[in-house]
Amino acid sequence: MRWNRPAAIALRHFYLMRGSPARILPLFAWVAVDIVLWGFITRYLNSVSAAGFDFVPVMLGAVLFWDFFTRVMHGVTTAFFEDVWSRNFLNLFATPLAVSEYVAGLVVSSVVTSALGLVVMVLLASAAFGLSFFAYGAMLVPFLLVLLLFGIALGIVGCALVLRFGPASEWLIWPVPALLSPFAGVFYPVSTLPAWMQGAARLLPPSYVFEGMRRVVAGGTVSGLALAWGAVLALVYVVLAGWVYARVHRHAVRTGLLARYSAETVS
Amino acid sequence: MPPVLSVSRLSKRYGETLAVDGVSFDVADREIVGLLGPNGAGKTTTINMILGVLEPTAGEIRIEGIRLAEERSRALERTNFAAVYAPLPGNLTVRQNLRFFGLLYGVPRLDARIDELLEQFDLARFRDVKCGFLSSGEQTRASLAKAMLNRPRLLLLDEPTASLDPSVARDVRARLREFVGRGDGAVLWTSHNMYEVEEVCDRVLFLSRGRILLEGDPRKLPGDHGKETLEELFVTLAREPLALWRERA
Repeated sequence: MRWNRPAAIALRHFYLMRGSPARILPLFAWVAVDIVLWGFITRYLNSVSAAGFDFVPVMLGAVLFWDFFTRVMHGVTTAFFEDVWSRNFLNLFATPLAVSEYVAGLVVSSVVTSALGLVVMVLLASAAFGLSFFAYGAMLVPFLLVLLLFGIALGIVGCALVLRFGPASEWLIWPVPALLSPFAGVFYPVSTLPAWMQGAARLLPPSYVFEGMRRVVAGGTVSGLALAWGAVLALVYVVLAGWVYARVHRHAVRTGLLARYSAETVS
Repeated sequence: MPPVLSVSRLSKRYGETLAVDGVSFDVADREIVGLLGPNGAGKTTTINMILGVLEPTAGEIRIEGIRLAEERSRALERTNFAAVYAPLPGNLTVRQNLRFFGLLYGVPRLDARIDELLEQFDLARFRDVKCGFLSSGEQTRASLAKAMLNRPRLLLLDEPTASLDPSVARDVRARLREFVGRGDGAVLWTSHNMYEVEEVCDRVLFLSRGRILLEGDPRKLPGDHGKETLEELFVTLAREPLALWRERA
């Protein structure tokens, strides 16, 4: 891999962000709205619930973690959609850029923009609602890492689906995090779910993060094995996602889809 | 020394349709070769295969002896292209686009190279203008500047002057002649403007229904086939490809 090529993809994204408030605003605006909304909900819940239980690190923390995951996934797909929207595939893939370098560039763009969103969320949640990241202790790092990896994996699969089924299928990609959230146990323990949903939850790395997060806040210890399993699952999904994207890209090159993609975008 | 481009028995099949049917040709250093043919003849399909964005069903492409199928990145480092249907992203400025593609091609001393190309293609005053705001002629010049970024050994141009007024088109032709004259590389060019082809190309390949029907010097070919002009020959071949075979028989 030549790192100048993924760097070019990330630089292109930086140029687009810099010159466009419409791209910068969603990085912060929606997560800020979420934090404010859930901040007040948790404040209300604290006032009406039995004394002693603090909803802030459980509910608001969950929102913050889930929004981070969503931003990572959307960060990867948005960087890809920029090439769809600007009909740039022909120019892009006629260069020496390898598929792995392209995907690496999308991931770097996403990590940078998601980190910015995370900083804003943390500042807002701590300043306005007293959420402290220290509440999660050293487990914060593996929690974020698992969510980051799974967000990257889903983002890459989202790109593959849009490449395979055309620009209009972008609308199927945006709501994916919302579709997964009931299974991931973001706001409630996985044991609350019916058996078949628990089965699905066990396949989702974020479910291990949210189970662990609730345990830390309750003063218990996180099962290192469970979290490690979540991390392994997330890594496996990243590898699988890369494989799926490579297969779809190859199919697009073989069938002429890549060369014709611009025409479809126009239509 | 291998030819800049060597295409051998290249085919592309889409289901029952054979878009390119066993095409073979070379492009030598300092040569401008025109790829001519009616719409749907297989010109763009051939160019897309050489650009590595379309996989051939059969055959081989070598760029300076490097097999495209096996060493894609290494082969494509030596090429670049401009096409009327592939403008630079309109949401980036001219300079940002050149920087972006310059990094992808690994151009050394990129800033200096960009400045040089902005001057050369008369784009200096548009350096910070988004490409989407440029006129079609200016966009074409920006695409050509991108195509020259990495000093390609093989330049692929698919109807590069289609949206240009005659004066700018003449200027573009002159720059390409200059590029080849300097010994920088070779050009494969498609165009429907036969006047332009006669002026620029050293050799032309007539493609019809995915096959090369005719090959030769564009200034001599019409006479050799009893036609007054290259356009007349083009029209005859486009309407009646079999006429050539009858004539040969």
